Amino acid sequence: MIKSLKIRFILVVLFLIISVIYCMPNIIELQGVWKKYFPSDKIHLGLDLKGGMHLLLELDTVKMMQNMVDRKFNAFKDAMIREGIRFMGLEKKENSLSVLIRAEQKEKLYNLVGKEFPDLKSGGTRTEGDNLHVEFLLLEKEIANIKDNAVRQALETIRNRIDQFGVTEPVIVQQGENQILVQLPGIKDPERALELIGRTAQLEFKLVDEENASRVTVGAIPEGSEILTMRTRNRETGIATTTSILLKKQTLLTGELLTDARVRIGGEFGNEPYVSIEFDSEGARIFDKTTAENVGKRLAIILDNTVYSAPVVRERISGGKASITGGFTMDEAKDLAIVLRAGALPAPVKVVQNITIGPTLGQDSIRKGIRAAIFGAILVLVFMIFYYRYSGIVADIALFLNLFYLLGAFTALKATMTLPGIAGIILTMGMGVDSNVLIFERIREELRLGKTVRAAVDGGYEKAWVTIFDSHITTLITTFILFIFGTGPIKGFAVTLSIGVIINLFTAVFGSKAIFDWIIGKYKPRSLSI
Amino acid sequence: MKFVEITKKTNIDFMGFRNKTFIFSTILVLLGLVGFVMIFLGKANESVDFTGGTQLQIQFVDQITTGELRRALINGGIHDVHIQEVSGTRGFLIKTKQSDTEKEKIQDKVGSILLSELKAKSFQILGSNMVGSTVGKTLKKNAIIAIVISLICIVIYIAWRFNFIFGVAATIATFHDVLALLGIFWVLNMEMNILFITALLTIAGYSLTDTVVVFDRIRENMAKMKSKSELINVINLSINEVLSRTLITSLTTLLAIGAILAFGGIVLFDFSFALFIGVFIGTYSSIFVASPLIFLWRKKVR
Repeated sequence: MIKSLKIRFILVVLFLIISVIYCMPNIIELQGVWKKYFPSDKIHLGLDLKGGMHLLLELDTVKMMQNMVDRKFNAFKDAMIREGIRFMGLEKKENSLSVLIRAEQKEKLYNLVGKEFPDLKSGGTRTEGDNLHVEFLLLEKEIANIKDNAVRQALETIRNRIDQFGVTEPVIVQQGENQILVQLPGIKDPERALELIGRTAQLEFKLVDEENASRVTVGAIPEGSEILTMRTRNRETGIATTTSILLKKQTLLTGELLTDARVRIGGEFGNEPYVSIEFDSEGARIFDKTTAENVGKRLAIILDNTVYSAPVVRERISGGKASITGGFTMDEAKDLAIVLRAGALPAPVKVVQNITIGPTLGQDSIRKGIRAAIFGAILVLVFMIFYYRYSGIVADIALFLNLFYLLGAFTALKATMTLPGIAGIILTMGMGVDSNVLIFERIREELRLGKTVRAAVDGGYEKAWVTIFDSHITTLITTFILFIFGTGPIKGFAVTLSIGVIINLFTAVFGSKAIFDWIIGKYKPRSLSI
Repeated sequence: MKFVEITKKTNIDFMGFRNKTFIFSTILVLLGLVGFVMIFLGKANESVDFTGGTQLQIQFVDQITTGELRRALINGGIHDVHIQEVSGTRGFLIKTKQSDTEKEKIQDKVGSILLSELKAKSFQILGSNMVGSTVGKTLKKNAIIAIVISLICIVIYIAWRFNFIFGVAATIATFHDVLALLGIFWVLNMEMNILFITALLTIAGYSLTDTVVVFDRIRENMAKMKSKSELINVINLSINEVLSRTLITSLTTLLAIGAILAFGGIVLFDFSFALFIGVFIGTYSSIFVASPLIFLWRKKVR
């Protein structure tokens, strides 16, 4: 322990000044020069105090693998047709493709796979007469790679969307293998945010199968076609209705080749919001070719398996520009433009946890928390003075130091304050006086033995120290584990409690002892008010 | 010199009560074990944090009874609804095991049910907490791991600072507190959520502090002990010596917790209630569980 009283006081006051400097921005808005040279961060409020949305999203990797195998399947089929490999059957399984070919074309098939599909490996062959059954497996490394990339890409896409939506201080992090944690503090329209984030935003262009449209009513869906729902909105009433529409299965163009998407107003119905999109050069070429080949037919624009519009192609469209209409409201059009610009999620996401806290609830919690803290503090302060008289005042000074140090450290460490965190502060006040209680009771014991004031104070502090140290360490162990295993608000509680415990160790032993030593040194009292 | 004292110098034979308090403690622990089993069977009042489901906090503008609200929600298809009124504020906490699906969000469902069933009443959904069932399981697992690991770490620490017997006695006392609190919550059918787990660990820490203080004194007095037959007196003396500290600290802690209980609002009520009860149990256990255990053990060893 440092002997010099001066140095101890200097330390206590120095820490106090630093704490107060860090606490200032929470009370008054810093301006001008002050803002330039002093820390201006306020205490970070958690979602439960600020209001906002906490989402845990899970990437549907099973669905993603299906999509992936689907794409591989189509590419493989096209490649075989192009290379003139005749196949009697082509099947897709969970993570493999199996193809039935004539035995003599084996060489040609293996060449093709070796050249164009390096991520496939042969998984064995089976002869059936003249025919050969070949199985191709997706490389495991490739699968792991795809899953890994998917989460990263989803993270990036969601971050883009949120940035464009305009949320301050969002938290977007990966959690576990395929989960993404999103926290949006202070968000005003959680419904809309969820819609924006959770949407896969897979944009596709497909042809409407008009020749077979009549056959659908009898339940016979032709090979190569599919039924999707089409959303139309009545322009006068604003009510959206859905109908079924028959489309060719083949995807002509996807949103991957988009470079831009903007909200425009106008179009054939006057002043209606729509989204104009722009393709890159390859997309433009494909779009040009597609429209040229299908003049007079209807081209459906599909987002996440819902058809938004299916206009008739009147003429060949060059330049790579198109527009998506569908009777959108302004907000819908804006959000659609955002998701198209930010890109599609690699797989659909499922919301597995959604905590939404309205701003009024948060403010209410802060108000109640602060009120409880003030009352708790007053009760403890008054009790200490009642029970320990002037020494109680010393304990109370230590308690105030505690509070300032705690808030200062909290702000400086940029820790997040939550409602349980406030409870932690109050609890620290109650438990924090324990150190002083232990010391004071010891001093009383020493005084009862007839020791002088100086000897009693020194002895009391010395003997209580071991106990104080042990008890603080055990509390630190529990808070540390709470911090590791706890989530959100609980972490806040663990942080306040552990910072509180450490600071307490300092103020109880260092701070209050310095005051005692000073009084004893200066006034040399014969008795002690304790 | 004169001091303000809540206890004069006491000479209570705490160890003499040990048979009675052991019976009482056994009942508490058994209650806790039953509660623990019930949690595993899913028959306790667990929050959506652990079971998966949705919890909504709704504020009504108009007067409405819990019964009316329950009827409306059951009519609308939420059969397992659990309603808790926030007394005197027209606010309600609504809980159901249903969670969001791709087709519908429970919050929207509740909203539309209330709109159609209770046309005359206007309301606002202040906050919601939806947890998928898999997430709930993970949280539950983590909570149990957290409790077990922290208890193990504490035994190691105490065993190192004192000795093995003290370590085991402290751990049994801490387990006793955790189980007792669990049992009491189960009997009162109060909700067990993540905050409750936090309260359990906080109380474990608090009770341990208490136990450490008593043990520290026992160790100190044992050093002055002349023969082992004095052990029972030494333990009694030690408890009596630290009694005033034990009571004062419990009191100040209770004052602080009492303030949260009274002014902290609905979110913190159950949490501070658990802490409040826990302080009593923690104080009780360091005197009547941990200390007699040392005595019993020493007697056998000798």
